[in-house]
Amino acid sequence: MSCDRVTSTLHGYFDGELDAAGAAEFERHLQSCAHCTSALEATSVLRSSLQRSALRERAPDSLRRRIDAALEAPASPRASVGAATNAWRWLALAASFLLVVLIGWRQFEGLGGSRQASALASSVVDAHLRSLQPGHLVDVVSSDQHTVKPWFDGKITYAPTVRDLATAGFPLLGGRLDVLQGRTVAVVVYARRKHLINVFVWPTRERDSPPSPGSRLGYNWLGWRKGGMEVIAVSDVNAGDLEALHQLLVK
Amino acid sequence: MRPGVKPDGRDGLDAVDRIRFQQLVLPHLDAAFNLSRWLMRDRAEAEDATQEAMLRALRFFRGYQGGDARAWLLQIVRNTCRTRLGKSNPAGTTTEFDEDLHPQVDETPEALAIAGDERDRLMRAIEALPARFREVLVLREFEGCSYKEIATITSLPMGTVMSTLARAREKLQRSLVPGSGLGAEHGGGRQ
Repeated sequence: MSCDRVTSTLHGYFDGELDAAGAAEFERHLQSCAHCTSALEATSVLRSSLQRSALRERAPDSLRRRIDAALEAPASPRASVGAATNAWRWLALAASFLLVVLIGWRQFEGLGGSRQASALASSVVDAHLRSLQPGHLVDVVSSDQHTVKPWFDGKITYAPTVRDLATAGFPLLGGRLDVLQGRTVAVVVYARRKHLINVFVWPTRERDSPPSPGSRLGYNWLGWRKGGMEVIAVSDVNAGDLEALHQLLVK
Repeated sequence: MRPGVKPDGRDGLDAVDRIRFQQLVLPHLDAAFNLSRWLMRDRAEAEDATQEAMLRALRFFRGYQGGDARAWLLQIVRNTCRTRLGKSNPAGTTTEFDEDLHPQVDETPEALAIAGDERDRLMRAIEALPARFREVLVLREFEGCSYKEIATITSLPMGTVMSTLARAREKLQRSLVPGSGLGAEHGGGRQ
């Protein structure tokens, strides 16, 4: 090996970026090379100093506020009031996506905990997560209920409740069709501050039932039946916000 | 064009895009600022560059196809910083770091607890590195980026990332040896 290549390889080894064969080869080389052994040690000392010195800088609050202000959509009035940027919430959100995807979830106490309801709840949360992927959230983008509601006509045989609740702090974002357990359902999407709420709606023959909440891994849901419709709202907003949305939708 | 889209006219994004941007991209604001801070070598400049980069990211967000949002953002930050540095310094000469013009602020208690000596020396040594060394070092040591992510952000081949990082660390180590002075580089100055 040329000197340059050994040097590069040493750093690749230090960073855990070599493949197994490359790492093994370098380890053999290390056993007979005092120079590389001390160079590796020096690299490790350098990293410790860098970590210890805490030289990584965080974005100043003033910058965060400026960007936050630039991001505020005029379409969602009041959204900025009292909603200080909270990076931790987003991080937590990202982490909870991962957890939900990795761990899966089998229970849905909200609808009685039966096996069937569990599977349904699982599908609803899967659909919620799927909706957050690029290009999946809405098929019709509009804050106007008179655009969203007719969009469902001809696509499904029932009419989901669609309301523009912007003045109540739940601006309408749009709607889409989704598939839950092989059945096509309507989804109406609302915003709550910086969060999304997916409201799944499909017809049922069951009697009306009061709202039944549940939560798991950072997601809250609220399910109810009214007027021959089964509704489940899913989001990472708090349970109180979902209850408020329920009140607005059944009013 | 999606039916019924009502962009607000500033950047062509609707409320949905904005929320997705806030959830996917904004969590990496600290990483964006830190990279910008080390590339610009000035906090005020770094704030401006980061803001410009975030707004560009917002504008380009329609083109974001999923994947590593941090690498996507840092690539934009890096390009924004390079453009700004190129404008202010068309001849491409290196400006020496001037301590008086760049006072340190906002030091964390943890940082203050470290012997100020070591921290200062490290900071000045990193600032004195050529930009191409500085960026890979900062991405690796402060942001914990993999070589693949660094390759994406800097548009360098993986092998070049590894050799550049190797040279960056060696240069930094040499400049930290007491009495060595800065910039005593040996070996070929390629790339």
